[in-house]
Amino acid sequence: MALTRDQIAMRVAQEFKDGDYVNLGIGIPTLAANYVPDDISVMLQSENGLLGMGRYPTEAELDPDMINAGKETVTAITGASIFDSAESFAMIRGGHVDFTVLGAFEVDVNGNIASWMIPGKLVKGMGGAMDLVAGAKNIIVTMTHTDKHGNSKLLDACTLPLTGVNCITRIITDLAVLEVSDGAFILRERAPGVSVEEIKQKTKGKLIVPETVAEMVV
Amino acid sequence: MSGFDKVVTDYASALQGLEDGMTIIAGGFGLCGIPEGLISHIKTMAVKELTIVSNNCGVDGFGLGILLEDKQIRKMVSSYVGENALFERQLLNGELEVELTPQGTLAEKMRAGGAGIPAFYTATGYGTPVGEGKEVKVFNDRPYILEESITGDFAIVKAWKADRFGNCVYRHTAQNFNPMAATAGKITVVEAEEIVEPGEIAPSEIHTPGIYVNRVIKGTFEKRIERRVVAKENV
Repeated sequence: MALTRDQIAMRVAQEFKDGDYVNLGIGIPTLAANYVPDDISVMLQSENGLLGMGRYPTEAELDPDMINAGKETVTAITGASIFDSAESFAMIRGGHVDFTVLGAFEVDVNGNIASWMIPGKLVKGMGGAMDLVAGAKNIIVTMTHTDKHGNSKLLDACTLPLTGVNCITRIITDLAVLEVSDGAFILRERAPGVSVEEIKQKTKGKLIVPETVAEMVV
Repeated sequence: MSGFDKVVTDYASALQGLEDGMTIIAGGFGLCGIPEGLISHIKTMAVKELTIVSNNCGVDGFGLGILLEDKQIRKMVSSYVGENALFERQLLNGELEVELTPQGTLAEKMRAGGAGIPAFYTATGYGTPVGEGKEVKVFNDRPYILEESITGDFAIVKAWKADRFGNCVYRHTAQNFNPMAATAGKITVVEAEEIVEPGEIAPSEIHTPGIYVNRVIKGTFEKRIERRVVAKENV
């Protein structure tokens, strides 16, 4: 069975280490905050200028001056800091954020990512995604393995305009965990009940299947 | 003392000198930390052909979005736009031009502009449409693109508290682009929730020193929330 959005988020959260500073993109990445293991602490960075983002506010806590990068009302945890946008992107572009998790339309075997623009459709903008992929030490892409028409999103070369080049090393989809290395995807884990054969069939870019492929624990 | 007193009491004085075709740098992230009264007065002034540098362009009927209603904006320099139907329509009609700029590059363009740095190299955008036509230089085996900084004829800024000398503090994430915007205007106008006397804000707590600020006006703010999300369960 392909993983649900929440299961993908659970698998993402297993990547976090105690003491990591993490930036989570909109969508599935944001859900990963719900599954951080109890025995570790991570601090969430929101690129509008908040390090130590907390949960959503109660009605009583609601404050129009406290929002996240998705423009949603939020709270700050104890020990949080708030700063301006240049400072925020100094953290990101300077490589101080340990982990970035973001969604994508396409990823290719050279670690290129396309996530912000589909020609012919209205382009709203890249927001902070280009800065994040250029700056973070570790980037995980979460996405479905194929689009809604069944086309693979894991390609030999991205077809859409890029967000960044040679920057993606790890991908977690609804079917698999893959590494990007030396011009190929390397299959590391498969979702429970999903066959290597199915992953091969749905991966258009060069795929290397090691002798043993672990089953994801979610 | 009066030489440093930047307080003006009406919006016409706050925005005096703003003309057609000028570039305005505006603080704010979405609807958070935007100079609401200054934006409203720019609409009243009916100046046109404006270039606005701001992370976003408000929503239909609020924030910078109201400047679209009478087609006052010619060009937006932003990282994320199109939360408003009118924006989309004018963009597709060709009445509005947009220069999409990565958010960190946008912040740095303002910061550098205010600091007298004409351009800087960044890895952000290399190999993407943003990097097309820009100079590339390799440092430590990594390619970077040259991005030019931005300054404005005016900067409009929203502060929580400002003193008469123009020293400002911002509240929570309403800080966002405001401190950089404040440095990058030939004329920087601050609209504050509260105006206090010099000394009431402790010197080490000031975010924006008054040297960057030309005019200060007290505003009243609706502070509309763009995405109101509350905790689902008891916390």
